[in-house]
Amino acid sequence: MYGVLERLGLRRSKLQLFFGRKKSAKRRLTQQVADLTGAPGVKLTARPSSLNHYSHSSSLIIYLLVFLFSISCNATCKEVLLGIAGKDFVILAASKAAMRGPTVLKAEDDKTRQLNKHTLMAFSGESGDTVQFAEYIQANAALYSMRNDTELSPSAVANFVRGELARSLRSRSPYTVNLLLGGIDPVTEKPHLYWVDYLASLAPLPYAAHGYAQYYCLSILDKHHHPDCSLEEGLALLTLCTDELKRRLPIDYKGMLVKVVTKDGVREIPVDNDKVVRSA
Amino acid sequence: MDKLVAQYSRPPHQNEMYSEQEQQDLTASVPPLSLKFSLPPVDNRSAFLRAMTDDHSNPSCPIKLAHGTTTLAFRFQGGIIVCTDSRATAGNWIASQTVKKVIPVSRLSRGEDKKTNEPTPGLLGTMAGGAADCQYWLRYLSQQCTLHEIRHKRRITVAAASKILANLTYAYKGYGLSMGTMLAGMTPQEGPALYYIDSDGTRLPGNLFCVGSGQTFAYGVLDAEYKYELTEEEALNLGRRAILAAMHRDAYSGGFINLYHVKEEGWVHHGFDDMNPIFWDTKLQKGEFSNVTSAL
Repeated sequence: MYGVLERLGLRRSKLQLFFGRKKSAKRRLTQQVADLTGAPGVKLTARPSSLNHYSHSSSLIIYLLVFLFSISCNATCKEVLLGIAGKDFVILAASKAAMRGPTVLKAEDDKTRQLNKHTLMAFSGESGDTVQFAEYIQANAALYSMRNDTELSPSAVANFVRGELARSLRSRSPYTVNLLLGGIDPVTEKPHLYWVDYLASLAPLPYAAHGYAQYYCLSILDKHHHPDCSLEEGLALLTLCTDELKRRLPIDYKGMLVKVVTKDGVREIPVDNDKVVRSA
Repeated sequence: MDKLVAQYSRPPHQNEMYSEQEQQDLTASVPPLSLKFSLPPVDNRSAFLRAMTDDHSNPSCPIKLAHGTTTLAFRFQGGIIVCTDSRATAGNWIASQTVKKVIPVSRLSRGEDKKTNEPTPGLLGTMAGGAADCQYWLRYLSQQCTLHEIRHKRRITVAAASKILANLTYAYKGYGLSMGTMLAGMTPQEGPALYYIDSDGTRLPGNLFCVGSGQTFAYGVLDAEYKYELTEEEALNLGRRAILAAMHRDAYSGGFINLYHVKEEGWVHHGFDDMNPIFWDTKLQKGEFSNVTSAL
């Protein structure tokens, strides 16, 4: 138990203090964590450790090379992630297609996880890694708030995520996950949007994208975004971007799932994904 | 009444593309190819060339081709806008920031013949891909167009000119040519005509094309606001802004914004302007590019 939680970056002395003091709290925590992760009992492991086995160092080098090449041109780029921060909100939008090779496995996939009341994370990347990493972060954010009776601010979550990705990058099997983190600071009520890539770069930005969407949408956002825009303007801006993707991207990403974070929390915005966009 | 008329009439040429038959008629008098080049004495020439020049798979290849560009052209109610950046790169090296990537085609309209603000009759070609290939073959095209003019006592159509180039690139397919060009012109037979031709042998008439490594960024800005009914000023500004977007985001595009307008009487040059002051004007005056901080 301690070993497992220590992997999550918790100090043993603190854990002993915590668990030694309150037996009932421990049981409650175990149950809540299990509810969050959907796993029976406490299973907060970063990933199954049996997979982290390499017998030769040469195979590691080959693996790294393959890994670096695979990143530039696989399904990852075809997934669309968009984020727009405005006056008092952050919009996160993710494509709904779950793809593997030439197949769309699911057309209603949700590539987002809510980390706490005011923070939402959207992710793309290596299948398996994505959800695993997102739920690991989700559970740890929840664990932190339970232990300290306070909610992490978006910047705190972002820096935690960055740290975890950076740590994993230097392990034998890094998470290949690209993220957008959107949130409202519960104290200042200011919106924050963070762009994080699988190499653990963290950048606070007014608008952000991942994958091929970057190439089409960033120029649109450069032109039309302003930091004080209202939610309506933000959604109109998102439509400009998705219309362009429908026009020019040669793949069908099955429409976008749009969620918005405001001071009242996270909600999904219904969007018309069946609109036909005419090309010039 | 005006509203009613506007509803049922549409500007001339908007949805007109050129039918196969029309293109056949217009290209009926194209000269045959008779070009003799010495080729390297190896079995598989295209593979050899690729091995020598492909720095994507082999970063230490001996020949680094000049690549990376953003060019755009679109048809609208008042003619055609042609706009390019001016950067030439060879690998990571910026070889030049002052390249003229819009090349006047056909003798009577060659830029250096005369300096004037009057529209110059003739076609415009754009340059993307290998700089040498584009310059050489557009000059060759210019020669063919001039010969056509002398033979037939009238200017060549854009359909015919683009067909000469497309047949040429198709004949050399697999030999390692690298070019993506647009031909724009206005002739009495066709009205405003715009063709995309590349080294694969593709030849497409169309309303709007962006070519080069920065194409996606330019498409983004252009598609969002493009319509055929654009006024001349709107069209010029949109073309300029789309290139600026690409120059800002694409590392292989930059330098100066080169802007042309093709009208019925011929093409007009609208400046070769440094992108930097234009970028800062756009940011500080209009509040765009909000991810760039101007404060130190």
